[in-house]
Amino acid sequence: MTDAVADETEVAPGETLFGVREMELDFGPQHPSTHGVLRLKLKIDGERVLDCYPIIGYLHRGTEKLFELHPFFQNVPHTDRMDYVAAATNNLAYVGAVEKLTGIVVPPRADYIRTLLCELQRISSHLLWLATHAIDIGAMTPFFYCFREREQVLDLFEEYCGARLTLNCMRPGGQPFDLPVGWVDDCRAFCETFPSKVDEYEGLLTNNRIWKQRTVGIGVLDPDRALEYGISGPMLRGSGVDWDLRKARPYAAYAEVDFEVPLGKNGDTYDRYLVRVAEMRQSAKIILQCLDQLPDGPIMAKKPRVLKAPKDSEVYYSIEGPKGEIGFYIVGDGTTNPYRCHVRAPSFITLQVLPELCKNHLLADLVALIGTTDIVLGEVDR
Amino acid sequence: MSEQDQDKPPEEVPVSEPESSPSEPEGSPSGPEGSPTVEAAAEPEPPKEEKPPWLLNPQVPQWQDEDDDPTAVSLRTSCPGAVLSARSFAGDLILVIRREQIAEVAECLKNELGFGYMVDIAGADYPDREERFEVVYHFYAHSEEKRIRLKVSTADGTSVPTVSHLWPGANWPEREVFDMYGIRFEGHPDMTRILTWEGFNGHPLRKEFPVEGIDTGAAIYPEYYDQSQGPISGDGTGWKVPEPPEEPVAEEAEEAEEEGPQGDGSPAGGPAENGATTDGAS
Repeated sequence: MTDAVADETEVAPGETLFGVREMELDFGPQHPSTHGVLRLKLKIDGERVLDCYPIIGYLHRGTEKLFELHPFFQNVPHTDRMDYVAAATNNLAYVGAVEKLTGIVVPPRADYIRTLLCELQRISSHLLWLATHAIDIGAMTPFFYCFREREQVLDLFEEYCGARLTLNCMRPGGQPFDLPVGWVDDCRAFCETFPSKVDEYEGLLTNNRIWKQRTVGIGVLDPDRALEYGISGPMLRGSGVDWDLRKARPYAAYAEVDFEVPLGKNGDTYDRYLVRVAEMRQSAKIILQCLDQLPDGPIMAKKPRVLKAPKDSEVYYSIEGPKGEIGFYIVGDGTTNPYRCHVRAPSFITLQVLPELCKNHLLADLVALIGTTDIVLGEVDR
Repeated sequence: MSEQDQDKPPEEVPVSEPESSPSEPEGSPSGPEGSPTVEAAAEPEPPKEEKPPWLLNPQVPQWQDEDDDPTAVSLRTSCPGAVLSARSFAGDLILVIRREQIAEVAECLKNELGFGYMVDIAGADYPDREERFEVVYHFYAHSEEKRIRLKVSTADGTSVPTVSHLWPGANWPEREVFDMYGIRFEGHPDMTRILTWEGFNGHPLRKEFPVEGIDTGAAIYPEYYDQSQGPISGDGTGWKVPEPPEEPVAEEAEEAEEEGPQGDGSPAGGPAENGATTDGAS
């Protein structure tokens, strides 16, 4: 009997200790590793997770209802607050959808500024992801290193639009502000030193035996299954599917810059880590190219002072955010407000795969899995 | 400013005004060309430079018929009667599908036409229409890089076949449509609320749901809620207090009626019993 208790693998399937084999445990909603208010109802057998049922909605703020209340340009701050870690990409998805709806074409300088902001935002989002993912797994040092660089990015945002997190930095039709004096030089200085910082993070983690033991083989996601789930972004590219909206359907200035899309092989957590770190490097490359190619000209298109959607119109427009495909489905009805504005939030769609990924992993691996899905509850719940 | 107006008489829309931009547009030919009289006199002058599209009034996209789009054609042959219309707007292909056949059409799209990526499922509420709700599906085909939108209309209380057996990623979006609109999906493995809490009674994105929110128990809408009630759990039929059940005993029925608009939803027998002993007014 004592042997059976000490060595778990030798307990026969029907045998139990106190008459019960499984335990139901609530993981969250208040828990530092759930990255927000995510509640998971876990069915565990000792340390092994048998099943998990995510319960969300703790951060539901009725954003889609609020969109219907305000005119198009006033809805931009609402979009900041959904994926609050990557506000610029949310802004761009919304603003791009409104422009598609009303037929506005944006001047090239505005396109380049938007590309700059989105790539800086991608770097900032991936830095936060790496910091929190590493600290959840137990590596504390990357947290401090990543936040040091993230501060520099947030300073750049603050110089541009006055806000660090909820940027509100785009408007339908172009940009509200032009780049301040000296911003281009600060940005260039950041991007030139950034690859050496990424080398620092990689030096800590990539060939680290403990990191590899914690992440290799954890949460293997089959590529076809990932497509059926609707997963996009680094989560999908970690499984080897080469699909990036920046290349497939280029928007803003992505058609004019040259970059690679990193792909993983095995679809496990380690590959997704490598993909995101490589994406950070590619983002720095894109930013430097944009800074070199930045055209002059107006930053706001000519548009009516009162922007109205055409009657009986609807569009879906999506971009590649740091977490995946973020899209907006907007229905217009001839007034200044959207009639219906639905957000296709990548984290909402990606979180559905968690029950499938976590089967037969340990509880500690579940934390790594939540980290690798890179969810932001603001986007999941809207 | 007036020179710029001079250039655009044919396309000038009365309401619009140019947005003030920090730098003047470079392609504008109005500067060097001088006064209006010179331009009016010199008609065979070379045409003005083409202005880039961001300096012109926006070209509003128009609906176009897409009956000969290959996807629409193959769907019409494999699932006859399903596709009610095929149009496009701003480059998005939009097919309106008959509600009963949506699962069939979805299967055809996934297995034969290669739309293996589930983008999104959304709902929309058009209370003026007879079938007031619309469920909107977006799919994407990687091989052809093509996006398609399917729209299904449904009335309040009518359920729509699910597609979650084909795309597991459709599970939560369909739950969200149920939560926000009250549209049920037949065959869905877990048709429960997802964004609002269990016991929430109401469907927030319906047009009659107030933006301020409903009061699920306190004193804001007394004509709809009994103040002693908590959230009315269960099927989410709405946020009006349901009719009181028929009381078998005549005295209890009298008591319940005289309670007035408030105590109707309470469990049977509660206020009636109290009323019988303490309420002198009855």
